[in-house]
Amino acid sequence: MMAATDAPGMAAAKSDAPQLDAEEEIHARAKRIEAVAKWLLPALVLALAIFAWDRAVVINAIPHYILPGPGLVVQTLVQDWPILFPALLVTLKITLMALGVAVLGGVGLSVLFTQSRFAEMCFFPFAVILQVTPIVSVAPLIFIYVSSKLAALLLCAWIVAFFPILANTTLGLKSTDHNLRDLMTIYKASRWQRLRFLQAPSALPYFLGGLRIAGGLALIGSVVAEYVAGTGGIGSGLAFRILEAGYRLNIPRMYAALLLIAATGVVIFLATTTLNHLLLRKWHESAVKRE
Amino acid sequence: MNAPLRQNQPQTAPLGQRTKVLSLVDVDKAFSGGVVALKRLTMTVNAGDFISLLGPSGCGKSTALRLIAGLMRPTSGRIAWEGGQGRDDLGVVFQEPTLMPWATVAQNVWLPYRLRGQSYKSVKDRVEEILSLVGLERFAKSYPRELSGGMKMRVSIARALVTAPRLILMDEPFAALDEITRQKLNDDLLALKARMGSTVIFVTHSVFESVFLSDRILIMAPRPGRVLTEITVDAPYPRGLDYRTSADYAAKARETSEALMTAMGGVLMEGE
Repeated sequence: MMAATDAPGMAAAKSDAPQLDAEEEIHARAKRIEAVAKWLLPALVLALAIFAWDRAVVINAIPHYILPGPGLVVQTLVQDWPILFPALLVTLKITLMALGVAVLGGVGLSVLFTQSRFAEMCFFPFAVILQVTPIVSVAPLIFIYVSSKLAALLLCAWIVAFFPILANTTLGLKSTDHNLRDLMTIYKASRWQRLRFLQAPSALPYFLGGLRIAGGLALIGSVVAEYVAGTGGIGSGLAFRILEAGYRLNIPRMYAALLLIAATGVVIFLATTTLNHLLLRKWHESAVKRE
Repeated sequence: MNAPLRQNQPQTAPLGQRTKVLSLVDVDKAFSGGVVALKRLTMTVNAGDFISLLGPSGCGKSTALRLIAGLMRPTSGRIAWEGGQGRDDLGVVFQEPTLMPWATVAQNVWLPYRLRGQSYKSVKDRVEEILSLVGLERFAKSYPRELSGGMKMRVSIARALVTAPRLILMDEPFAALDEITRQKLNDDLLALKARMGSTVIFVTHSVFESVFLSDRILIMAPRPGRVLTEITVDAPYPRGLDYRTSADYAAKARETSEALMTAMGGVLMEGE
């Protein structure tokens, strides 16, 4: 009697176990597929797009001075490397310097703004005006007033890049937990201690978010400024090479330079994203891996 | 500077023979907009007291705590520390654990010392000792997000106690925890208090918690916030499961509930 009633239960328990395993296996397999697909899919689509570009050029017999094929662009990149690489270095230098100054200026101003409400009232409007005025319309003036071309390029790129850092860091410095603020008051923390131990770490994720945007903007700023400076500028950055190649109808070189600018942007994005991950992975929700 | 945490502290002096730590005399607090949060609050805090402020929401319990913490100034009246106020006077535990998420457990507990300019090395032993007292010695290097709600609260308590302050303020610290965790933390809090001889003001709206933990219960009434009566709980410490299930405890809880009823005007107010 006992055995008879027990048997179905036992059988169920036995069949339950492998069933669960199968489900787990499906789950694990889906995860493995996703991990591969995460890289494979975009690479595949990119390869397809390049292939389609190549076919479109070949089948329609488009002349290379209108649209060069991808093969020709790569070939030009290799051939013109002695011209393009120094240009890349110039653009990179201006971009990184502008980003550096944007970090200093943006963080410095945001600290000033959070320490003194009057400073914020006085200077925040200027920051907004600088941000909303299109750089292309201001750049010609800057090139008139600033005699050093490098300084002028830097200034243009800085104007474009500093605002997201300023706005984000200011928000971060203000978004501290109110109980922790009370705790600082109870422990009689000085202004500097508050900034160092509470506000700065609270603002870090916000700052890094601003940095990611500013990295891309610094590149855009330096390229745009170089365009405005035109062939009369210092004449050595990637934007200058694009302009020059355009005048000479050297379309493949334009594409090659463009490719380098895009690659630079991607590298900057990856670098800031990695920095973000390294600094926040231990504690911030945005970077912590969930089980 | 860093005397070891007072261990095997002689028993806290019996009620009535304790030295005064802090007194509030006729403290009023009115907010702009005319709300009177506290009216003529008078109380004395003695060394070794475990005082519960018990009352319905809006009776000014938290306001009283914020006044004592110096986060607000009274509209009128006097808050006086015996022998003046110093650096080591206060430890605070909020309703939330209020930990710095970017810092490890040990770094969080180090904070009160750090703000005085003391290096971690110089207080390492102390921090480790208090962490072992709250049962978290293995989690010194963990980040708060890796801990459960109860463990986070333990870190918060360790931070408040680490400097052995003259007075510890606790603002409904266990309100957000489940009942089982809450009871365990109540037991552990009493053990810690006995070990360190701390003085505690504990804000709660739980009758049972206040009767279990405290030797003095101040019943507060709302609109305007004021202390209505004081109930003395003279059951001896250490208190544990025996006390929690005793007739004494039940009788005290009944007495306290009735006093609370009176404080609220004898009836449960409609709409609340």
